[in-house]
Amino acid sequence: MSKLFSDENKAAFTNPLNLNNPVAVQVLGICSALAVTSQLKPAIVMGLSVTVITAFSNVIISLLRKTIPNRIRIIVQLVVVAALVTIVSQLLKAYVYDVSVQLSVYVGLIITNCILMGRLEAFAMQNSPWPSFLDGIGNGLGYAAILVIVGFVRELFGFGTLLGFNVIPQFMYDAGYTNNGMMVMPAMSLIIVGCVIWAHRAYNKEEK
Amino acid sequence: MEHMISLFVRSIFVDNMIFAFFLGMCSYLAVSKNVKTALGLGVAVTFVLLVTVPVDYALQTYVLGPDAIVAGVDLTFLAFILFIAVIAGMVQLVEMIVERFSPSLYASLGIFLPLIAVNCAIMGASLFMQQRVTMEPTNAQFIGGFGDAIAYALGSGIGWLLAIVGLAAIREKMAYTDVPKPLQGLGITFITVGLMALAFMCFSGLNI
Repeated sequence: MSKLFSDENKAAFTNPLNLNNPVAVQVLGICSALAVTSQLKPAIVMGLSVTVITAFSNVIISLLRKTIPNRIRIIVQLVVVAALVTIVSQLLKAYVYDVSVQLSVYVGLIITNCILMGRLEAFAMQNSPWPSFLDGIGNGLGYAAILVIVGFVRELFGFGTLLGFNVIPQFMYDAGYTNNGMMVMPAMSLIIVGCVIWAHRAYNKEEK
Repeated sequence: MEHMISLFVRSIFVDNMIFAFFLGMCSYLAVSKNVKTALGLGVAVTFVLLVTVPVDYALQTYVLGPDAIVAGVDLTFLAFILFIAVIAGMVQLVEMIVERFSPSLYASLGIFLPLIAVNCAIMGASLFMQQRVTMEPTNAQFIGGFGDAIAYALGSGIGWLLAIVGLAAIREKMAYTDVPKPLQGLGITFITVGLMALAFMCFSGLNI
């Protein structure tokens, strides 16, 4: 058991959560991070889907890593990822149909999410299945964390709700508070991610 | 014909790949440091789009759609795997052409040329096309034939090209400005793109 959670494996899991965050530091997987975050619920669903797909595609590629010919590895990786995404997209349609409609093409676009290809190339091709699995989970959760932060800010200020529940009390509206329509616009997610990166960098510099 | 022109103009300005859907962000942020390289990548993306969208349109209508091959069979769930295969093959072709005719461009694009295969803009255009085929013919976004598919692909590509060249020009100028330290590089680029997206929103009421 201690071997399963050695320091190296722990690092593979925790690094992407903060110091080496896929969105804020490595700038991977931005497209979907921006587009699905106008509310908290789709952001959470998207984050979890990416975590699951990254973890399992990492495991599969890691198991196959010695048999894949180097020249055609990208196509092999794409096919594995595409198959997993197809499964997840069918599951989402079956169990959370309304969210899957909201996510529209962005579920399919997980295939081209750079986090997946980046992790497969950089980690799973060189490491055994268990560290690859942890690495996949870590990166997926690091991505989900940014999605949740952006989704939280946008839903709170844009709609005055969180996960669909009103959190801003009525007397605030009576006193003249209004929801900020700008937050609902796609452009604001870019600016919020920019600010998240700013805060993240400033904070990590202080630590060092 | 009118519909094709309207589709073309709409996909450049209103449904811009970058500013409305955030597709292809990874290479958009990474390759936009100078105008010349940005222009090269923009042309390559436009070309790949111009080929893949009509091919995927043919696949969608004659193979995947409901009742396309055999009555009562709907193969739409296979779309992800087939589309990504077409795209990966096409990118391989473009890579060979660019290497043969413009070695300098090939060198400056580097890893981002094969990465067009996982550029969300390419896959996204095919997935949006799949959505639009099922729309009402009166809808301004409807795609109902090869002409429409080509107009949509060309418009999306030019929209992407416009966006990346615009950002590259701004970033070239921004190299001389005094930006807060943690915001430098990525952070300020995000905020710039956000402001550009806000500017592009003025086209959203455009009706042709």
